[in-house]
Amino acid sequence: MTYVVTDQCTGCRYTECVTVCPVECFHLDDEMTYIDPENCIDCGGCVPACPVGAIQASCLLAPEQQKWIEINRRRAAETPVITSRLAPLPGADERKKALGL
Amino acid sequence: MTTPQYRVAIVGAGPSGFYAAEALLRAQKGVAVDLFERLPVPYGLVRFGVAPDHPKLKQVTAVFDRIAAMPGFRFVGGVDVGTDISIAALRRAYHAVVLATGASLGREIGLPGEKLAGNRQASDFVGWYNGHPDHRDLAFDFSGERAVVIGHGNVALDVARILLKTPDELRRTDIAAHALEALAESRVRDVHLIGRRGPSETRFSAKELGEFDTLTACDPGVDPSDLPADAFSHGDGFDIERKASLDLLERFSRRVATKERRCLFHLEPVCFEGGEVVQSAVFRRNCVEGAAEECIRIDTKLVFLSVGRRTSPIEGIAYDGSRGVHANRGGRLMVHDRIDHGLYTCGWSKRGPQGTIGTNRACALDTVEKILVDLDSLPSPEPGAIDRLVSSIGRRHGVPLDFDAWRIIDSAEVARGCVNGKPREKFVSVDDMVATARERGIAC
Repeated sequence: MTYVVTDQCTGCRYTECVTVCPVECFHLDDEMTYIDPENCIDCGGCVPACPVGAIQASCLLAPEQQKWIEINRRRAAETPVITSRLAPLPGADERKKALGL
Repeated sequence: MTTPQYRVAIVGAGPSGFYAAEALLRAQKGVAVDLFERLPVPYGLVRFGVAPDHPKLKQVTAVFDRIAAMPGFRFVGGVDVGTDISIAALRRAYHAVVLATGASLGREIGLPGEKLAGNRQASDFVGWYNGHPDHRDLAFDFSGERAVVIGHGNVALDVARILLKTPDELRRTDIAAHALEALAESRVRDVHLIGRRGPSETRFSAKELGEFDTLTACDPGVDPSDLPADAFSHGDGFDIERKASLDLLERFSRRVATKERRCLFHLEPVCFEGGEVVQSAVFRRNCVEGAAEECIRIDTKLVFLSVGRRTSPIEGIAYDGSRGVHANRGGRLMVHDRIDHGLYTCGWSKRGPQGTIGTNRACALDTVEKILVDLDSLPSPEPGAIDRLVSSIGRRHGVPLDFDAWRIIDSAEVARGCVNGKPREKFVSVDDMVATARERGIAC
C-alpha cells in the first residue's frame, strides 16, 4: 500500500502536500507532484492537505485510476525531490473554484 | 559547524522537536541546537504512540536519525526540564527555548461515572503496550469478555485492534514483552467502540478502519438499528477519505459475523454504572433528535477513554486551559496576553493533538520562521552556561545520554528482539537504558 498523486493535481500543483510529508517523499515536474512509494510510510497526512483532493490511498483508487500507482513510481524515480512548498501553477485557484472546491 | 552564533534549546525529542531542529539547522543562520528529552531514548510518540503493528510508520525514525547527524545538533537525554532543570536555567543558557513537549495527559469526557475504577485512559494503555517507562507497571483487567472504548478516532482503533488481535498477530512486532504476555492471557473477545457523533463525523482514517477487515479472528460490525436511517449517506462533499470510511462502516453493518472476536461500533455514550468499579457502559441507540430514546447497557469491567489529550503544564509556563496547550500565539509563548520573548512551542503542545506525524513538520517550520525573525533581538546567553548545564547532566547518570548512547541502547534492543523474531525488544525502565549505555560505553 502506498499513497499516490492523481491527475487531479495537474494544472494546480499546490504543493501543500510537501509541507506535511514527514519523510520528504514528494517529487515534481512541470505538471504535478509524485509520491516515491519506496519512501512513503503510509501516514496519509498529505490526503487532507491537498486543496483539490488529488491524493489517494492506492487501495481506494477507482479501476481507471490504478495506472497512477505505476506513474508515481516511475516519475518519482525520474524527477527531483521537492522539500518546501512552491507557488501553485498559474490559474490554480480558478481551477479549484471551477471544481467547486 | 564553525562556532555557532546562536544557540537554541528544544525540549522534547518527538517528531515536532526533531523537525524544529531540522528547520533551525537548515536555515544557515549559524544556529546550534540542543534537543532535550526526559528519557534516554528519542522519537517520542513514534516510539511510544505508534502502534507496534504499524512498523512502516516507524520508518520515519530514519529521517530523525539524519537530522541528528546534521552539524550543530546535540541530543541531551535523561533530563526532565521543569524538574531536573528549570525553564529559567535554560533561558539563561540559550538564545531561545522551544517547548515541543507533546500532549501526555488524557482528557475526560464529562459523563457520569467516568471516574469509576476500571475506566482507563487509552493513552495509558498505549504507553503500556509500547513499553513506556511511566506505564510499564500498570495492570489491566483482561478477565472479562467485553471491553468498551469511548472515542471514534485512530487511537481508539489502535486500542481495539491491539485488544482483538491474536497473540500470533502481535508476536513479531515490537510490542513490550509484558504486554504480549498479558494480552496472550486476555479473555476479551468483544470490543465496543462508542463515539459521540454519527458515522460521517468519525475521525478514523479509512486505511486504519479497513484493517479490521483483515484481522485473523475478528469481524467488525455496526448494528444498523443503533443509527439514524441516513447515517451512511455521503452528502455533497468530495472528501474521498470520509467516503471510504463511510463505505467501510456500511459494509461492516451488513456483515455476518463468523469469527470468534468482534469489534462493534456504536454512538452516543451516556454514562458508566457500577459501585467502586465500573460494571457497565450505557449508550443511546438510534440517535435522531426528538426520537424516543432507547438506551443499551453493555456489561464490562474495562473501559478506555480515547477522547483527546492535553499538554502537561510546566512550572513557570503559562497554560491555556481551554485548548490544553502552552499559552501561545502562532508558536510564540504568551504570558498575560504579552509575548514571552525567547520562548516558543511547536507540535501538539502548540496546537493540540491533531494531524499526522508530518503535520508537525509544517507546524515546527512555522514556529522556526518566527524564531529566525526574532533571533537578533534576543539577549545573548551567559557564556559557559550551556557547558556547565550539559556536563552536570552527564554526571547525574554517570554517562552522557547523547545520541551515541541512544545508538548503543538501540543496537542492544534490536539484538534482544532478534532472539524472539521481533524487530526490537525495548528496555522498559530508565535504569536499564542507562545501564546499557554505561556498560557498552565503557566496553567501547
